Amino acid sequence: MATASLPASLLPTSLARNIRLDRWVTVRPDGVVEIRTGKVEIGQGIISTLAQIAAEELDVDYTRIHMIPADTARSPNEGVTAGSRSTVESGGALRQACAEVRSAFLEAAAHRLGSGIDELLVRDGTIHRRASNESTTYWELSGEVDLARDANGRAAPKRADQLTLVGKSLPRIDLPEKVIGSGVYVHDLELSGMLHGRVLRPPSYRATLQGFDGRHVETMRGVRAVVRNGRFVGVVAEREEQAVAAVAALAKHARWSEAADLPDVDDLATYLQSLPAKPMVLSEKGVASQAGAERLSATYSRPFLAHASIGPSCAVALSQGGAIEIWSQSQSIYPTRKDIATTLGIAPDAITVHHVPGAGCYGHNGADDAALDAVLLARAVEGHPVRLQWSHEDELAWSPYGPAMVVAMSGSIDGSGRIVDWRHEMWSNPHIARPGLQESPSLLAAWHIDPPFAQPPGIDALPGGKPASQRNAVPIYDFANQKVIHHVLDRLPVRTGTLRAIGGFINTFAIECFMDELAHSAGVDPIELRLKHLSDDRAIAVLKAARERSGLSSKRQRNGSRGMGLGFARYSNEASYAAVVVEVDVGETIKVVRAVAAVDCGRTINPEGVSNQVEGGVVQAVSWILKEQVRFDRSRIMTRTFDDYPILRFAEAPPVETVIIDRPDQPSLGIGEAVAGPTAAAVANAVFDAMGIRVRDLPLTRERIMVAINEA
Amino acid sequence: MTKAIEFNVNGARRTVIADADTPLIYILRNDLKLKGTRFGCGRGVCGCCTVLLDGRSVQSCNTPVSAAEAKTVTTIEGLGSGAALHPLQEAFIEEQAGQCGYCLTGIIMGAAALLDRNPSPTDAQVRSELDIHLCRCGSYDRILRAIRRASQKMSKGRAL
Repeated sequence: MATASLPASLLPTSLARNIRLDRWVTVRPDGVVEIRTGKVEIGQGIISTLAQIAAEELDVDYTRIHMIPADTARSPNEGVTAGSRSTVESGGALRQACAEVRSAFLEAAAHRLGSGIDELLVRDGTIHRRASNESTTYWELSGEVDLARDANGRAAPKRADQLTLVGKSLPRIDLPEKVIGSGVYVHDLELSGMLHGRVLRPPSYRATLQGFDGRHVETMRGVRAVVRNGRFVGVVAEREEQAVAAVAALAKHARWSEAADLPDVDDLATYLQSLPAKPMVLSEKGVASQAGAERLSATYSRPFLAHASIGPSCAVALSQGGAIEIWSQSQSIYPTRKDIATTLGIAPDAITVHHVPGAGCYGHNGADDAALDAVLLARAVEGHPVRLQWSHEDELAWSPYGPAMVVAMSGSIDGSGRIVDWRHEMWSNPHIARPGLQESPSLLAAWHIDPPFAQPPGIDALPGGKPASQRNAVPIYDFANQKVIHHVLDRLPVRTGTLRAIGGFINTFAIECFMDELAHSAGVDPIELRLKHLSDDRAIAVLKAARERSGLSSKRQRNGSRGMGLGFARYSNEASYAAVVVEVDVGETIKVVRAVAAVDCGRTINPEGVSNQVEGGVVQAVSWILKEQVRFDRSRIMTRTFDDYPILRFAEAPPVETVIIDRPDQPSLGIGEAVAGPTAAAVANAVFDAMGIRVRDLPLTRERIMVAINEA
Repeated sequence: MTKAIEFNVNGARRTVIADADTPLIYILRNDLKLKGTRFGCGRGVCGCCTVLLDGRSVQSCNTPVSAAEAKTVTTIEGLGSGAALHPLQEAFIEEQAGQCGYCLTGIIMGAAALLDRNPSPTDAQVRSELDIHLCRCGSYDRILRAIRRASQKMSKGRAL
């Protein structure tokens, strides 16, 4: 029976954009299946997840899958690895592409064995004819099955009841190499003739270089080049420690002029609300306020947050005969290539970018900047690869930060415990400053060379996507009367970009704290209040699961030290559902002693992988809200080491229990960012449960708690 | 001034020509090509670059190579390899303890030093002894479970 091809618009988006099957899959005669994806490993385990999806649809053993690192010469172009969208986008594309590849091999096998397709079954790449001893294999057929053709949507991926690998906790592919210390990171590349580079950053964002003398440095031992272009200054040396010494010497011979143009770091909420803003109504229904109901208001804020990756950004670049080759930990190899090409005034095709993993990546960090830095240095030593590594201090001071944000809530609850009015106002600049999306390059060094490119203003949504800052601003709850407003700010004087969970973090924090505040004011149970305003069964299920597993109950006695609280969200109102309960112990400082997270990410590919992301997401969110705050004076970023930007430590990290509500019949949803907002709110609600005080400005430090106690 | 510095690395005698104050990490990674020791903060506060110096854990980013002269350095490559994993490495894989993995080799070296001194540490001892090690991906709890599992494996090994 012939089936018509699907129009490309009905294929998974990533497959429609990269429609040739051989872009994704190669079946080799030696029994290996090569899978190419445009998404990259940033620590989240996506490469293993995608391998698992491919193995499932192809009916081959997981160990036969060989994941090919992404590069601009051969990989599908899938834009950016971000937004918890890789399982949906690349996973969706591979699921369909592999189903089609399997079908193509079944057709070829039917032809060879003279059988009907219905008589065939596949086990680990061997195609058996039922009720006979005849068989053939993918590997035997690999020469005759031509995958140089477009996907057509005719083969259907497996139904839930046909899955054999998806849903199992298969081990991560990348972990063995990481625990034996193989050279898996871009930092570890060793290329012939390779030299070492370092860059001297200005002392503050808008510092100008008044005087510079590189002569003393040029004659230092091992130094091969001193590069100055505008206020971009760097050095290339034979040995790494020589590059480090040379850049320290450069710092001594550079004179800068600085401006005092940063706001008061201790009053960011006031600052943000005082800036010129364009109001944008995101949702409006019912009547604005209800007569007779008592109105409650509260304002929540978060500071600038750093990625604070454990390893510095690194890249290797080679400039030779007009061509440039880059090895980078970038999340966006194609868009980054575009901005580097614009900066250099050359065609993107002259540049090849190979992805090589870096240390943990939680959003738009210094990875892309490092790639351009390496190129600018490599052009000074043609023919020599240059390995450029940022200092830890620059990593903390120069990477884009998650923006400071403010959310003002107000609302009222009636005598029957129904929320009759809900108002949510948020202040945020555009979060997205990634390369490749704006006219001017979004790369640090591009703004420092002479003549400089303008630092682009940022955008709040990827093409076709939803605004990043507004994630979760419109409540998932059913309120008859609500208004949600985004006061849209221009670019801030502090460099910002996307950080895990984007605006969803503070919007969820505000909503979920305010739900508890309303519940408290009306004397009702906070979870019951949520359940009363939810109609989505999957939302209700995670809330109940978190309550049950954690033993959270409203009937406990407050003892002034221990408390429990909950936070809930469906990330960006379209990805995974998560309800988090934490237990805190409030003494000298706040300690989160336990966390329980109930999540629903649709069809779970790998339960252990989901748990790992949930545990890490909870721990990172606890770190953000208890400890983290980028600090600056009126000119300079002052948090430049882990001593002044402390992150959660071993002794402070809570055990996390994950409950997964699997939905094998539902599409898989990204999980990487789902628990951040719920965790933050859960901690603040637990502190209130323990102490009866409410801290609304993050981080929840001892000083802020003392102030809140004194004001209570 | 450069000089010849001799020390034992993972069981082999090695000589390097370097400035005496060169941080040990650059010698290990760039001269001896032992890339498993990761560079983190460069100031000895994150634990990524931990190696053993005569069996004690040190941060190789702020240890000068001269401090290793005539001593024994053990890096992750000397602890175990693909063919013969150390029980700690096995346990980290079994517990799927790690995400980006950048901190893991330093933590495994720190844990190896701890288990050598104290084969059956309590969870609280592990947490406090390894407190220098930061993991930004937040895998602490799995790492703790992996160390507990390795400790059990090693005590079984001794009992046999």
